[in-house]
Amino acid sequence: MAASPVLPKLVGQRVKRREDPRLIQGRGTYVDDVKIVGMQHLAFKRSDIAHGRIRSIDTSGAEAVAGVEAVFTGAQIAEFLGPMPIGTPFPSPDHRAVASDVVRYVGEPVAVVVARDRYVARDAADAVSVEYDPLPAVVDPERALTGEPAVLHPDFPNNAAVGPLPSGTGASPKGVDDSAIDRAFSEADVVVSQRMANHRLAPTSIEPRGVVAHYEPGKDAMTIWSSTQNPHILRTFIASLTGLGQDQVRAIAPEVGGGFGSKINIYGEEYVAAALSKRLGLPLKWVEDRSEAFLSTIHGRDIIAYVDLAARRDGTVLGLKMRLVADIGAYNMLLTAAIPTLTMTMASNVYAIPAIRATLTEVFTNKTPTDAYRGAGRPEAIYFVERAMDMLARELGMDPAEVRRRNFIPSDQFPFKTQTGAVYDSGDYAKALDRALEKAGWERLKAERDAARAEGRLVGLGLSMYVEVCGVGPSSGLPTGGWEHSQVTVERDGRVSATTGASPHGQGNETTFAQMLADQLGIPMEHVRIHHGDTGVVKQGIGTFGSRSQAVGGAALHLAGGRVKAKMAKFAAALLEAHEGDLVFENGMIAVKGAPSSAKSFAEVAGYAYRPLKLPDGLEPGLSEEAFFEPSNNTYPFGCHIAMLEIDRDTGEPRLLRMVAVDDAGHLINPLIVEGQIHGGLAQGIGQAMIEEVAYSDDGQPLTASFMDYAIPRASDFPRFELESTVTPTPVNPLGAKGVGEAGTIGSTPCVVSAAVDALSGFGVRHVDMMLRPERLWRVIQGTGVSPQGGQA
Amino acid sequence: MIPTAFEYERATSLDDAVARLAAAGGAGKLIAGGHSLVPLMKLRLSEPTVLIDIAHIPDFAGIREVNGKIEIGAGTTHHDVATSPLLHDRCPAVAETAAVIGDPQVRNRGTIGGSLAHADPAADYPAVMLAVDADLHVKGPNGWRVIAARDFVQGVFTVDLAPDEVLARVTFAPVRAAAYAKLHQQASRFAIVGVAAALEVRGGVIASARVGLTGAASSPIRLANVESALSGQPASSETAASAARFGGAGIDDLNSDIHASAEYRRAMIPVFTRRALDGALARVAG
Repeated sequence: MAASPVLPKLVGQRVKRREDPRLIQGRGTYVDDVKIVGMQHLAFKRSDIAHGRIRSIDTSGAEAVAGVEAVFTGAQIAEFLGPMPIGTPFPSPDHRAVASDVVRYVGEPVAVVVARDRYVARDAADAVSVEYDPLPAVVDPERALTGEPAVLHPDFPNNAAVGPLPSGTGASPKGVDDSAIDRAFSEADVVVSQRMANHRLAPTSIEPRGVVAHYEPGKDAMTIWSSTQNPHILRTFIASLTGLGQDQVRAIAPEVGGGFGSKINIYGEEYVAAALSKRLGLPLKWVEDRSEAFLSTIHGRDIIAYVDLAARRDGTVLGLKMRLVADIGAYNMLLTAAIPTLTMTMASNVYAIPAIRATLTEVFTNKTPTDAYRGAGRPEAIYFVERAMDMLARELGMDPAEVRRRNFIPSDQFPFKTQTGAVYDSGDYAKALDRALEKAGWERLKAERDAARAEGRLVGLGLSMYVEVCGVGPSSGLPTGGWEHSQVTVERDGRVSATTGASPHGQGNETTFAQMLADQLGIPMEHVRIHHGDTGVVKQGIGTFGSRSQAVGGAALHLAGGRVKAKMAKFAAALLEAHEGDLVFENGMIAVKGAPSSAKSFAEVAGYAYRPLKLPDGLEPGLSEEAFFEPSNNTYPFGCHIAMLEIDRDTGEPRLLRMVAVDDAGHLINPLIVEGQIHGGLAQGIGQAMIEEVAYSDDGQPLTASFMDYAIPRASDFPRFELESTVTPTPVNPLGAKGVGEAGTIGSTPCVVSAAVDALSGFGVRHVDMMLRPERLWRVIQGTGVSPQGGQA
Repeated sequence: MIPTAFEYERATSLDDAVARLAAAGGAGKLIAGGHSLVPLMKLRLSEPTVLIDIAHIPDFAGIREVNGKIEIGAGTTHHDVATSPLLHDRCPAVAETAAVIGDPQVRNRGTIGGSLAHADPAADYPAVMLAVDADLHVKGPNGWRVIAARDFVQGVFTVDLAPDEVLARVTFAPVRAAAYAKLHQQASRFAIVGVAAALEVRGGVIASARVGLTGAASSPIRLANVESALSGQPASSETAASAARFGGAGIDDLNSDIHASAEYRRAMIPVFTRRALDGALARVAG
């Protein structure tokens, strides 16, 4: 027998993404590539006003367009489609996929057209005529809380959707005890207080949303393709709203061109497509265009914080108060109300803050609803805390690194329970800080900054520490359950098919999971294929969000792989007449330890398992094992980011000079993919700080409804990112991997803003709200943009 | 893109394009790179029923020097303008302007003729066309017409071009001592303020100057007060600094939007005027 080549271990290697060739060459299959004979197309007529009562809808013009199958108003849809469910325990107003009485944001659907093709459908939607009785629009969340000038939902007085909801020290079901926080502030030498805004963003995935719903009356079954992050959750909700059982619905997420959280939500267009397909017995497609995406896909962030940080003169933080006002837009979507609660949960950041008092009020306004956007609640918390820590350092004249170090949760204190109830799994924050300071050359950078300032240049440094929640589970924390599922099948020919419920949309699971199984089973990676995104193929799953693919999905795969390997070892032991504990799986062979000549190929053993001439005792034929992995806790990755930034004195234009990111996501399966995730995260985090902002006029008209006005980062906006990892494994899963998808967005934003504030410190400013629009910075330089307190006027 | 329905025609020559425009009777639109028109059609802000593709007309694109003048075909892409060795040698400001239009995708498709005819008030080319005092050559049913750049733009998205006329080329006497400086709008990459300056320097003295402004106001304009402050002065950075200060004054139709207020735009005009002048001065021969 020819010797097998020696296979290198792949976990930990920079393996190129096997997904990329087909995606880069345009050979992927996205929702819009799905075509079914007889398929009709949907187009939605959307409100062009922010708030108003529908007086009348005239669909006759649309119905007269050649090629139109049907037109439905919201009232007609309501006859067979119920209100959209949410996935949080908070009270929610009635929210219909298509509005029938009142519209509450620009872009809200009021009618839907079914037509021969997209063009006809759009022409007909344009021909739907709607008359409104306009109502005043409310766009400022703090004004909305006064109930003026409008209340969106009569059951929610003063537009208060949630809260005030307390969290932190002393908060218990019985009530709130403020004594600890009051004591902290009374003992403090210094208190820094600041109002800060973490503004609204549009997720802008490269592929907009889309859905194909195909109800087959003969089968009484529905197949729904959607650009979603979680096909199993989609299946659950689609089944529920269309009156079908989950066994009757198959949900498929084909290639998904990014989501950034926005494709967790189940949207009205998906419900409408499914319900109309069932009603009409026709396959129906809807694909969002970019203009619609800015209006009808959820937005992210949009939360105001009033932060008070109490400390001793030596920099020791004694207490933190954080009053949050979250603008959630017009309705609760799937997770809307839960996202800002994460901002409270993460308010302790990496610090052992002895007393924290956070309160949260969520507010309805006449804007697109918000929901999860990359980071989802954690970037907000980290931004507020890190900006406050920076202000504290400035107030005390301390190095921003030093004031942070002084307050770290010590590395021997894990698991650590914060005053807001989060239980951090593991951490070594000083190590990440030290690596970042060393990599950036912190002392040298400070000297460079000072030298530049002496020349009159406006150069600043920013540093931020972050910790975030990843590997989202356990089941107690998620209404869907917090587990993940995988099945690993060794086929008859020794190739391996594995499924994962973690439905990737850019995370590279097909690569990383294949690396893991190849190592685990001792076979070439090319022999492993990862299946995902199809509830007809993947038995069970939750989906991809909260940076959970690897930490939860990868762990399930690892368990299932271990099970199939154990069973295969039993077959191999029978064939080799050896003890299964003495077998090694490597280089495509299963060999007896210490006797390499006594070996069978992986494929031979696989074949035997499907046709065992003598079935070992207690074994069933075949090699297909599954596992549900339920984590015992979330994971808490962390890191330190450092930015150097220069502001043009004449124009206020900021330019990022250096960006150093040291991230600790535990064990890394594929450092190349991890770096890709960090790069993308940094781009979006810096994008928020510097150029991205959703804006509305006072009457609720979107002002950034296209890429002509909504800026997204380009590679040319950035210096080369300088990345490094520290490795602090998590004990909550067998891989020790924490997750990394959102890290970059969380650490980068505050450090870039802090760098800008540092650059402007000569102008008496201690805080500038994002985004760092040149005019905003220019006003500070001109002395017209600073309030007497040093905050932004 | 989900536009309203339209017919697509491909013009084979300039005269053919003119004839097709006339036949379309006002419902026709020319398309070359499509980077101004298609976004409007996407949003259904423009709903032409006939699109006449002029991108394939022979000799419609290209840059050459004829009798001491530079001639740029209307179908020349921004990329080709930006990378033209002839322009880099004879009139680098025009190449420099093209190089900061949009992004690589836009520069590879968009054309100088399309940009000028579209007359977006924040487009880059108009400033430099004013500074080099370009002539725009237009072909219509009655033959050729030549319009000075300073007379071409009549308002926002409005130019001196009849519905059956085609902008065919741009000509100008090359100016080496010219430059363009721009404050980018981060999303669109259009100009919040863009200033192009062209100087004629003799014996160390600025004999004449033309300074064009785009982005800041409702249409591109010459900064006459800056020009007169430069004229007859030594070709120096001090002159540039003191003349640039006049840049923002006297303009009463400044744009204001979420990206930049009128006040900010006014303040940025002198800044970018100064930068354009410094750039032009740096190109004054030895």
